[in-house]
Amino acid sequence: MTEFKPTILAFCCNWCSYAGADLAGVSRLQMPTNVHVVRVMCSASVKPEYVMKAISQGIDGVLVLGCHIGDCHYMTGNHRTAKRIPVVQKILKDVGIDEKRVRLDWVSAAEGEKFQKVITEFVDEVAKLGPNPLREVAF
Amino acid sequence: MPRIGVFICHCGHNIASTVSVEEVAKFAATLPGVVIADHNLYSCSEEGLNSIRKSIEQNKLDRVVVAACTPRTHEPLFRSVCEQAGVNKYLFEFVNIREHCSWIHAKEPSSATEKAKRLVAMGVSKAALLEPQTEGESNVIPAALVIGGGLAGLRATASLAAQGIETHLIEKEPRLGGLLNDITTLAPYSESADTLLQELVDEVRGSKRAHIHLNSKLRGLTGFVGNFKATLDEAGKKKEIEIGAIIVATGANELQPEGEYGYGSVPGVVTQLEFERTLKRGEKPGDTVFIQCVGSRQPGREYCSRICCNTSLKNALKVLEAGGTATIIHRDIMSYGTVWEEMYRKASEKGVRFIRYTLNDIPHVRSHASGTAVDVFDETLGERIHLDANRVVLATPLISQKDSAEVGKLLKVPRDKHGFFLEAHVKLRPVEFATDGVFICGTARWPSSVRETLSQALGAAAKAAIPIKRGKVVIESITAWADPDKCAACGNCVASCPYEAIEILEQDGKRVAKVNETQCKGCGTCVAACPNDAMQQRGFTTRQLSAMIDSLVKHALEESP
Repeated sequence: MTEFKPTILAFCCNWCSYAGADLAGVSRLQMPTNVHVVRVMCSASVKPEYVMKAISQGIDGVLVLGCHIGDCHYMTGNHRTAKRIPVVQKILKDVGIDEKRVRLDWVSAAEGEKFQKVITEFVDEVAKLGPNPLREVAF
Repeated sequence: MPRIGVFICHCGHNIASTVSVEEVAKFAATLPGVVIADHNLYSCSEEGLNSIRKSIEQNKLDRVVVAACTPRTHEPLFRSVCEQAGVNKYLFEFVNIREHCSWIHAKEPSSATEKAKRLVAMGVSKAALLEPQTEGESNVIPAALVIGGGLAGLRATASLAAQGIETHLIEKEPRLGGLLNDITTLAPYSESADTLLQELVDEVRGSKRAHIHLNSKLRGLTGFVGNFKATLDEAGKKKEIEIGAIIVATGANELQPEGEYGYGSVPGVVTQLEFERTLKRGEKPGDTVFIQCVGSRQPGREYCSRICCNTSLKNALKVLEAGGTATIIHRDIMSYGTVWEEMYRKASEKGVRFIRYTLNDIPHVRSHASGTAVDVFDETLGERIHLDANRVVLATPLISQKDSAEVGKLLKVPRDKHGFFLEAHVKLRPVEFATDGVFICGTARWPSSVRETLSQALGAAAKAAIPIKRGKVVIESITAWADPDKCAACGNCVASCPYEAIEILEQDGKRVAKVNETQCKGCGTCVAACPNDAMQQRGFTTRQLSAMIDSLVKHALEESP
């Protein structure tokens, strides 16, 4: 049996975490190949529906990464992200999906190493959870 | 049906040594809407750009996808090629397969190639749904702010003011000049540092356009390129100024090596800057031992501070002139370039002694009946050597300012792990931050010599003058709008907007949300707050992002379960 490689979607804000991901690249920090970054302007623009949609269609894990609290390019955008994502996690839990499939974290433009750490940890964590149970329903 | 062209970049070996570019291009050609998929050695080169332009014209493309590096540096370039070929620049989509793929998966070429395919598929699915946009313009406030009144800040201020730009220079200390105040002469030609400083201060003070704020700190900043509002604390009083561009010239500081090499406990042990001060006071140096790389090029602070070797060479020659002996204990002499290497040769010829040490066996500094003593293991002789000295000078590195984190936070600009500021791109966008309208120069960016600092300051001033001289800045069309048919006027968007850019207005007898586009900064917070999917952000619509998710599901799960 081959090792399970989860499929992961990551929303990164343009100003901090996307730049942090770029810095990780420039620094040649190696990490698993399962994560697909989608650039958004602010983590607060990530609709809860996107996360639900990805999970309900069988994506194994969703990461939402933004600027640290207090550093948001749009002043208070990430305060909203910080409130919204836990709600998404709670809804998932209520319907029997492990809420650890969704993770919110903060990565600044200078934190290439943190980006690598978050990616590596999350991939490990989701790999341990196994395939998204909705995969079979979705297909 | 859209006509999409996909261009995959080799980036020389940067992408192509890991990702099979040909395979990705072949795959891209099979995606819906794609009429041509090509690959270039360097898409951003003149040749690469020309071939993309030709392809757009020949294949009558109406959407362009480039899979290469990061949009944060190269998007404007490819967008302009689209425009030149008659395609609206908002019909361009960037896929990052270098920073986000080849560079971080160097040892997994086949997985990286598969991932690059999925990323391209996601980009293509978004591109198919892109819409042309027209850009707005906004006026630029014809004034600039320079933070830091040291060499870099003074030079930048003088240059901006000479161009006729109202320039506010803020300095946290009660005097201008920063570290330059403590320096005797400038290597290698022995100009007086005081003369240089005085000339610059006179130029700034003599200009009607330059406004000096001493004892001042930046406390708050809002706005964007062309329209910033800064809150200053000027000697305890709050002050607000409006500016179009900002230059960060906050400088650096010398590391105080507390407890190391007898610093603070053995008499006669000083840092380089303290040594400069004694020379400036006219004190005779006597026999002097310099220890290089104190606190740098070692675990925890790996960088080379770039200026210390040359400073020690300069001061060792001064010691010889004053009749003392000079010994430089070093790990490598970094006298790069022409003039510094010349100075190194001169120092050797005139009798400065050089002893090489390693981190495994560092010099030991102690008190001695006749002054200070240094014991050092000479690598070349293979012997332990004893040196008597009147003074031991510790060449410590420049380190970032204590408040650089605070400045970085206010301006939302990144710093590296040592606290120095990071420019957008060292070669493509030097002295610029990724944030438009904010620039960087001098030792706040990295330890640099007086010459380098002056060049950077002039560069930053020239760049900062661009938006101010143009008088207008283009506002990227990533603003939000509400679909009146779907809007139920619930007001969630109004409450969520950090810029108070949304109002509920009456339109055709119905209450709907209306976005004020000059106030909207394009964060998209309102989009996520809208329960009816009425609110959309240009370039990031819910359809476009949903299509990307669908594409990932299709290519990662359905086709390779």
